[in-house]
Amino acid sequence: MDVLTIQTLNKSFGSKKVLYGLELSVPEHSIFGFIGKNGAGKTTTMKAILGLIKCDSGAIYVMGEKVHFGQTSTNRYIGYLPDVPEFYSYMTMTEYLTLCGNLCGMGKADIETRSTELLELVGLGQEKRRIKGFSRGMKQRLGIAQALLNRPKLLICDEPTSALDPAGRKEILDILLAAKEQTTVLFSTHILSDVERICTDAAFLNDGKIAMQGTIAELRGKRSSNGFFIEIEKKEVTDTLAEAFSELQRTEENVLVFHGDENRFFYIMQYISENRIPIQRIERIEPTLESLFLEVTK
Amino acid sequence: MKSLPALMKKEYLEAARTGKITVLILLFVLFGIMNPAIAKLTPWMVEMLSDSMAENGLIVTNVQVDALTSWTQFFKNIPIVLIAFVLIYSDIFTKEYKSGTLLLVLTKGLSRYKIVLAKTVLLLSLWTVGYGICFAITYGYTAYFWDNSIANNLFFSVTIWWLFGVWVLCLIVLFSSLLQNSTGVSLCTGGTVLLAYLLSIIPKIKAYSPTVLMHTSSLLMGMEEREAYIKAIVIAVSLCIVCVAVSIPVINKRQL
Repeated sequence: MDVLTIQTLNKSFGSKKVLYGLELSVPEHSIFGFIGKNGAGKTTTMKAILGLIKCDSGAIYVMGEKVHFGQTSTNRYIGYLPDVPEFYSYMTMTEYLTLCGNLCGMGKADIETRSTELLELVGLGQEKRRIKGFSRGMKQRLGIAQALLNRPKLLICDEPTSALDPAGRKEILDILLAAKEQTTVLFSTHILSDVERICTDAAFLNDGKIAMQGTIAELRGKRSSNGFFIEIEKKEVTDTLAEAFSELQRTEENVLVFHGDENRFFYIMQYISENRIPIQRIERIEPTLESLFLEVTK
Repeated sequence: MKSLPALMKKEYLEAARTGKITVLILLFVLFGIMNPAIAKLTPWMVEMLSDSMAENGLIVTNVQVDALTSWTQFFKNIPIVLIAFVLIYSDIFTKEYKSGTLLLVLTKGLSRYKIVLAKTVLLLSLWTVGYGICFAITYGYTAYFWDNSIANNLFFSVTIWWLFGVWVLCLIVLFSSLLQNSTGVSLCTGGTVLLAYLLSIIPKIKAYSPTVLMHTSSLLMGMEEREAYIKAIVIAVSLCIVCVAVSIPVINKRQL
């Protein structure tokens, strides 16, 4: 079942069109990477899912219910973590989570239990200070706690790791990975290593529409131009091969990189075999999301 | 159903922890004391100045002060407190738009009209309590020094001035729903009051302008009847309801 479905979504800001017939579906219990360059429309899409901005046309469904701009009851299914979460700085974490719990309609005992549980999960269990003195990383962790408070069916995170140091990024990604047990995670990012690390599914947003979507394995398989490293024993032969075949590019003294059609690759291999050219290594270049993303968005 | 009380609790906590309640209460108390104090000290101040005034050919006779002097001071000073109130609370909505703190509470499924209601209740309750304190202090000291009974229609005058303040605060709510920054909210609120005041100069319109509710001196001296204020009261109450009612759909349609 899909937790989120977006159908032909269009959105303009004045004369600038941001989303062009965006189509997206997020399967339940996935960690879904929503990948796009800065300004691609990721935040706009997320705000539209939350009913915070009005779209020109199209429809969004969360758990099968249609999202309405302004007053949307579908937000009861959603937990949201903005890129820079802002809290009431004069409150303590417990006070803030109690406010959030009351706004969600949770019971007092449930709020207390859930707050303790989540603050432990995000590593803020011992913190008693007011939010005013919190670092960016602490705010991000509190942001995840408040987003998970009402046991949402869908957790939306807008670039949760973009402004954090490597240690902070790892912590947040580990928390999101742990949250997968309870919810579906949709997180936008332009850091592809984060997606490769924790995501089960991903979609590439380019020019306001989804350029590609699927599981991580499917996306890697879609890499159209697979490549190979060919390491030759003798430098002179390397030069001859590079001159003879335009698909071969020399990257090191005796290393050639092949990019192109597989039949052409087999033809080169046959040539090497027939001419008894000594080879040290032939290795397939594994397709990465980064290479795929660059190919899709070029 | 728990969300409105929770939101109101948040508003009061914010007012307390950011020091706004303290500043406002201090202002109301200070002016509450100043009103009778200025009246009491007037003869002494005039006597101090009498020598220099005599040099200019002005002869000062014995200055008589009474409860009316104290209440005149009250109605002269309370606009200053109201202006301070407007300046302190002109960012009640706009700072949340700017900082993005509203985003998280709205994504909890909170209805937007509750934000308008919670903030309106906070403004009106602070104004009512503060104004009440200021009035009570002035009333107590005035009763101690003089006789309050010589002030005609005292409670009515105080109530209609309170209503004028309520209208101004409802203007803050309206302009906060429409505008993005606190300076704009302050200017538009002040501008609307000024416009109403200018309109009240036209004799045919005067009785309908909410700014008439500020003119209480003739009521206190018994030179005017309460009935002369009925139209302005009805208009002010209607405008308060309109301001809050219009704010709700505006906030509902606001892109955050």
